[in-house]
Amino acid sequence: MLKKRIIATLVVRQGIVVQSIGFRTYLPVGRPEIAIEFLNDWGVDEIVLLDISATVEFRGPDMAMVERVAKRCRVPLLVGGGIRTLAHARELVHSGADKVAFNQASLQTPDLLTQVANVLGNQCVVGAIDGLRTTSGYKVYDYVLGQTTSQDPTDLAQAMVRLGCGEIFIQSVDRDGSHQGFDLPLIQAVREGVDVPVICCGGAGGAAHFVEVFEGTDVHAASAANIFHYTEHSVTVAKAALLRAGVFVRNDARANYLENLLGKNGRLEKKTDQALEEMLFVRIEKEVI
Amino acid sequence: MRNAISALGYCKVVLSCEPQVIAQANAIILPGVGAFAECAHNLRERHLDEILGEVVLKRGTPMLGICVGMQLLADFSEEGGRHAGLGWIPGAVRRFELPKEYAVPHVGWNEVRPMRREHLFSNLSESPNFYFDHSYHFQCAPEHVLAHCEYGLSVVAAVQRNNIFGVQFHPEKSQNNGLKLFRAFLNAVGSC
Repeated sequence: MLKKRIIATLVVRQGIVVQSIGFRTYLPVGRPEIAIEFLNDWGVDEIVLLDISATVEFRGPDMAMVERVAKRCRVPLLVGGGIRTLAHARELVHSGADKVAFNQASLQTPDLLTQVANVLGNQCVVGAIDGLRTTSGYKVYDYVLGQTTSQDPTDLAQAMVRLGCGEIFIQSVDRDGSHQGFDLPLIQAVREGVDVPVICCGGAGGAAHFVEVFEGTDVHAASAANIFHYTEHSVTVAKAALLRAGVFVRNDARANYLENLLGKNGRLEKKTDQALEEMLFVRIEKEVI
Repeated sequence: MRNAISALGYCKVVLSCEPQVIAQANAIILPGVGAFAECAHNLRERHLDEILGEVVLKRGTPMLGICVGMQLLADFSEEGGRHAGLGWIPGAVRRFELPKEYAVPHVGWNEVRPMRREHLFSNLSESPNFYFDHSYHFQCAPEHVLAHCEYGLSVVAAVQRNNIFGVQFHPEKSQNNGLKLFRAFLNAVGSC
């Protein structure tokens, strides 16, 4: 059976990973290759690398960075930001990206999406949509201009799939960095509108929010950025909480936290004194492949 | 791909489309990126189908095809019209036709059930997780199926015919399970 995916999103600005809050405030986190190495070790299912300064600075994707990052990445890597030509997409794939992401700006050159899909396959092309809740329903947000457009996110998702996208990445702008949980109505609307897999992003504040989005919608994958940066093993703890709630996810990491106590919000709690006492004598050999 | 094999400690990994280099290889991995037609066209245009036939079919050098690289082993694919493959493992590549609740492409981690463990799955568990990402799937005779997975129907996840191996999933993107599979394949070089 196909498992739900837990994805880490790394927002990169001027070459460093940043914590993004509401698409306005950015706090530095660190070098992308280090972040990838940790996330990989914690058993994340996929990594999304979004370069938010490429389009703004009128440049193409940072191939050297993607190459450095891919060297340490043993999970699928989705790269977005600044892809304006077929050559960009091709070079990204050669640098180690598995999929490339396009946002609403790509609709100005709709042929590009179709062209990339024809050459690299639909599974390689992801449509990224920034959705914003307004008084007149959900609208697409243009982060380059910093403006809300009049387009409905579900309509945009359908248009992108028609052009050749094999996956949709729906991000909630107002929930971004808020720790309030995913925007379930937005996600479900987009999910019902298309036949391809949907990844949701924006608002996760803890393991409980992952349980909420998988129980409340049919979304295929959930992504978070900020919470994964600041807590050790946060990916594995989120997966342990999901497995407990009966959501089918992959949890192959040796430290799988299935025996641990999880608090109300899905946070890890101290083991019992007796369990800690017994652990003193467990020796875990490093796995040789 | 190369990053993953290098991580296992192999230092003579060469990414090449040169016939001379391919002719000297002890083992060949045929990764597939992109659409079937584009891959098949590139192989033929560079005359790589001939050299691979010489090396793999006549000399018996082990080969592992990944994703589209596995689909290329089939007689033909229906992706973007009908296109001929290498025809080394009789079969066809067709688009998924699944009930509405199954999204296409089939993307994500799925449990793979090996029919037999020897070679590729020798150091993996009974149902290891691997990462899939494809809209078309391989249909072939049961004797060539090495493993399958469930996605609305029983999907062929790995094939084998003598020294020719193919996997539909991406071992290079499947963390430790993928590295174990590569190790098993490369350990089998010389014994199959």
